[in-house]
Amino acid sequence: MDRPHLKPDFAVNPCFSKDRRRFIRKVLDGTIAGSLLLVIPAGAELPVIPEQIKGLRDKAYDIQKQQFAFIVDITRCIGCGSCCVADKREYNVPDGNYRTWVERYLKDYEDNVYVDSPNGGLDGYQEPRDDLDVKIRDTFFVPKLCNMCQEPSCVQVCPVGATFKTPDGFVLVDHKRCVGCAYCIQACPYSVRFLHPESKTADKCTWCYHRVRRGLLPACVDVCPTGARKFGDLNDAESEVAQILKGPGVLTVLKKEMGNWPALYYKGLRREVV
Amino acid sequence: MNSAHEGSAYLISNYVLPNDLHVHWSMMIVLYPYLSGLVDGAFIVAALYYVFGVQSLKPIARFSLIFALAFLLCVGLPLNLHLGRPERGLNMMVTPSPTSAMAGGGYLYGVTFLVLILLILFLYRIHLVMQQQQSQGLKKLFYQVLTFGSDNVSAEALALDKKVIRFLAALGIPVATVFHGYVGFLFGGVKANPSWSTPLMPVIFLFSACVSGISGIVLAYIVIKKIRKAAIDVACVRTLINTLYGFFILAFAFEMLEVFSHSYLRTGYHHMVEGLLNGPLHTSFWIWQVGICSFGPLLILSGLCLFKVRDGVLVVGGAIVSFILLLQVLFMRWNVIIGGQLISKSARGYTEFHPEWFDKEGIVAVVFVMAIPFILLFILSRIFPLWLENENQA
Repeated sequence: MDRPHLKPDFAVNPCFSKDRRRFIRKVLDGTIAGSLLLVIPAGAELPVIPEQIKGLRDKAYDIQKQQFAFIVDITRCIGCGSCCVADKREYNVPDGNYRTWVERYLKDYEDNVYVDSPNGGLDGYQEPRDDLDVKIRDTFFVPKLCNMCQEPSCVQVCPVGATFKTPDGFVLVDHKRCVGCAYCIQACPYSVRFLHPESKTADKCTWCYHRVRRGLLPACVDVCPTGARKFGDLNDAESEVAQILKGPGVLTVLKKEMGNWPALYYKGLRREVV
Repeated sequence: MNSAHEGSAYLISNYVLPNDLHVHWSMMIVLYPYLSGLVDGAFIVAALYYVFGVQSLKPIARFSLIFALAFLLCVGLPLNLHLGRPERGLNMMVTPSPTSAMAGGGYLYGVTFLVLILLILFLYRIHLVMQQQQSQGLKKLFYQVLTFGSDNVSAEALALDKKVIRFLAALGIPVATVFHGYVGFLFGGVKANPSWSTPLMPVIFLFSACVSGISGIVLAYIVIKKIRKAAIDVACVRTLINTLYGFFILAFAFEMLEVFSHSYLRTGYHHMVEGLLNGPLHTSFWIWQVGICSFGPLLILSGLCLFKVRDGVLVVGGAIVSFILLLQVLFMRWNVIIGGQLISKSARGYTEFHPEWFDKEGIVAVVFVMAIPFILLFILSRIFPLWLENENQA
């Protein structure tokens, strides 16, 4: 296909030099005005992202008294992978490493269980498995993330205290202290940790601590279209998680026998899940 | 497919958790307990003479300590090559976490090093004083530092030296035992890994360390003497081989006991370990570690120790069995450390390990790290002669 031969503007416009000066002046005016707006309050407040965890912004954050809960309701998970995408975008998680992932469980009529999690469920489970020649009786999805153990093995084994537990119940990693020995990766019963290929330090899900402290939900909870991931303040008796925890529904944790006392609860967890 | 229960159905999907695909502790972490094990075993040989007075080991006692020092100097090297941020490695000692087993490693290493170096300096004091008196300039200063500025070799001073040597060697036994027991505990204390979390792990590591150390001493002694065309003290080799036989029976018994205990208990853990040993580790565990490198030496050692064999047969057989046992311990370390990580914490599958050639933890790096102790042994032998003309100097 022939393309029309385009000439630059200055070749056809005799007034180019005057236009150029005007253009440069406008750019400079805009830059100065924009910079001033940033340093001088203009009277109008910048838009604030609405609070998602109620009451956190109204008062000083008392780290000793705060208590949060994360509940995964697997009866609601549809395996769309939105949570994984949100997480990857929030933290720029390198390919092949996972702060969170979604597993797909299939069960046949012989009670055999088939589990997979291609690419950690990042692409969503859009197609059924075509590598199984069995009649499937049941299918369900299980999101996995840091269990924020009350007795975390990772904290116990870290030789330099780079992995630590905050008074408000979060297990975090100080990337400036971590020596990259990977002992925490060995010790975590849930395999939620990995060695970041760029920083060469341990990394894992934080339940989006930076968001929570600003009254925002973890990124994965925020985007979950079915409410399979729930997060909230236990000090707020009206919060959904507080209601679930005091309700009659059966909640359980992963690998209870490990004795780590996870703070991540599962609702409707099936016995096939490890 | 007719599955009897959930346990047997677990492995059908061979599902590996996404973060478990990569083996985080690779060949450098195999080398770490291997090197420290050689130190331990060599120290035990020296202690048999200096503490328990096994006279037939006299020709090898001094050499064992220098051998131990050469390897101890390199123990930290594979660890630092493994660390993601090696420049922060010393923080384990500067800002240690009291709950971490790993944080204790640096201190245990430090104590072991201190005991060993002091033992060697006291042992070689007469030689070092002589060297200091015969040398000039920087060399003299160097020897003055090694003798702590003391050139007192009077009968009383030497008698005191003997007492100090005996005390340090006796102290060295629990120190070396704790040091290597700790190395085993590093793995045994990981409850998340079904093949590691057994209280037997430190015991297994300890005995296999003794086996590798004694084997290393036997092989190095025979090879060095052959190269130098010097006479081999057969009585010494015989005692070493007898000792090796005893330690290896214990080491192998504990290794098998661990496998068969799991196998008999048939807990959930067993299904994963059974699948590992019969699957990805079939060749390296059953064929190499157990078959060729354990039953083979047991037969050879039985022949050498239970029957009256000629000196030549003892020396050749001793060298061969020591070489095979050095391999056995290397396979054991590999199967525990790399093998253990092949089990995914999904309890449903196994990952794979493909060693790299030119990675900082790759095969070439492994060869370099293993070569360094021998270079150090050569350098150390210039300062601390492996065999003195007059052994009674000490």
